Amino acid sequence: MSSSKYSRQELFAPIGEEGQKRIREAKVFILGAGALGSSGAEMLVRAGVGQITIVDRDIIEWTNLHRQQLYTEQDVVDQLPKAAAAERRLKAINSDVDITGIVTDVTPQNIMELIDGHDIVLDATDNIETRLIANDAALKLGIPFFMGACVGSYGLTFPIGIQDDQPCLHCLLEALPSQTMTCDTVGVISPIVVTTAARQAADVLKYLTGADFEPKLESADLWTGDRASMNVASMKKAGCPSCSENAVYPFLSARESMRTAVLCGRETVQLSWPEGRTFDPLAFAESIHGTTTNLVKNEHLVACEYKGHRVVLFRDGRMLIHGTKEVVTAKKIAAGLLG
Amino acid sequence: MERVIELNGNQYDVPVEVGNVQELLGHLELADRIVIVEKNRNILSKDAFDQPIKDRDQIEIIHFVGGG
Repeated sequence: MSSSKYSRQELFAPIGEEGQKRIREAKVFILGAGALGSSGAEMLVRAGVGQITIVDRDIIEWTNLHRQQLYTEQDVVDQLPKAAAAERRLKAINSDVDITGIVTDVTPQNIMELIDGHDIVLDATDNIETRLIANDAALKLGIPFFMGACVGSYGLTFPIGIQDDQPCLHCLLEALPSQTMTCDTVGVISPIVVTTAARQAADVLKYLTGADFEPKLESADLWTGDRASMNVASMKKAGCPSCSENAVYPFLSARESMRTAVLCGRETVQLSWPEGRTFDPLAFAESIHGTTTNLVKNEHLVACEYKGHRVVLFRDGRMLIHGTKEVVTAKKIAAGLLG
Repeated sequence: MERVIELNGNQYDVPVEVGNVQELLGHLELADRIVIVEKNRNILSKDAFDQPIKDRDQIEIIHFVGGG
């Protein structure tokens, strides 16, 4: 019986029926549908959150399956975008929840529109630059941002925007690191994904139900047993460009024209075009049918092999060129296919 | 002098060549990373990383990573 779906959660005294009602009213934005996004989304959907928007730019690959719990082997064969497969799986888990998957790259240009109207932003991205963009956007809109990151057997969490006198991610980082460890350079095991996502989800539930909790920077390493929990209130910077009274939100500054990004550790270049350039995947597939091999198409994208590279073109106008770190090579491939 | 500290919740024997926090970060291969260090429950600013490590200090180090 569906009315008993949340009975064990309501029996948990700090939540109760009132807490469940608040969970039910919440609108959560999940930034990324990879490992943390899969795990966090599943917990919040099962918990009965009212509305979830989950956004991701990528497709599901074999290397994802050991830790990205929403996906199956068939999803890889079908070359499904993560956001689309996540939406379908999450709806099957709990039909009470209003779930929307969006296949797009989160950028300074679109993030405000994407997250506006949500009560919470859950961090499940795979890079610090996007985290800083989300940090700025969430602070600007006054939406709490639940940061989480993990690689190897190590993960960390930090809820931002819970208290006025706490630092933001920009206060903590000072400078953007030139390179951080990623899952594609040092690997990752699924237990730390689930642990990190569980801490984020627990903080989300505490926040939604109005529990009194102190935002702490926490880390855990499941292999070494290392753990840390810090009150970092003293690190709030008076003149922080992202969270002070005179904030200018530097990571939301617009960038123009075609953008390129070398996806760290993945031998992949992403090309994306300014807003407004979209592609019809099926028409595109027709046009490149004769010049490419291993063509796979669906309503979201076209994937193919071309001149020794695997190429994926998404409906929103992004192209991933695998097997190169060279932007010039990627642009030549794109020009060859798109003209 | 032998120094045993609590590092991220675990007992840790500080190597002889490690005198201060900066050298500890180097030893742990965290010198190039963005880290936040707490010593005896106080957050250390970067210019305090030359503070000596003493026996029974409690040190916590959190470094930032990209993945997720």
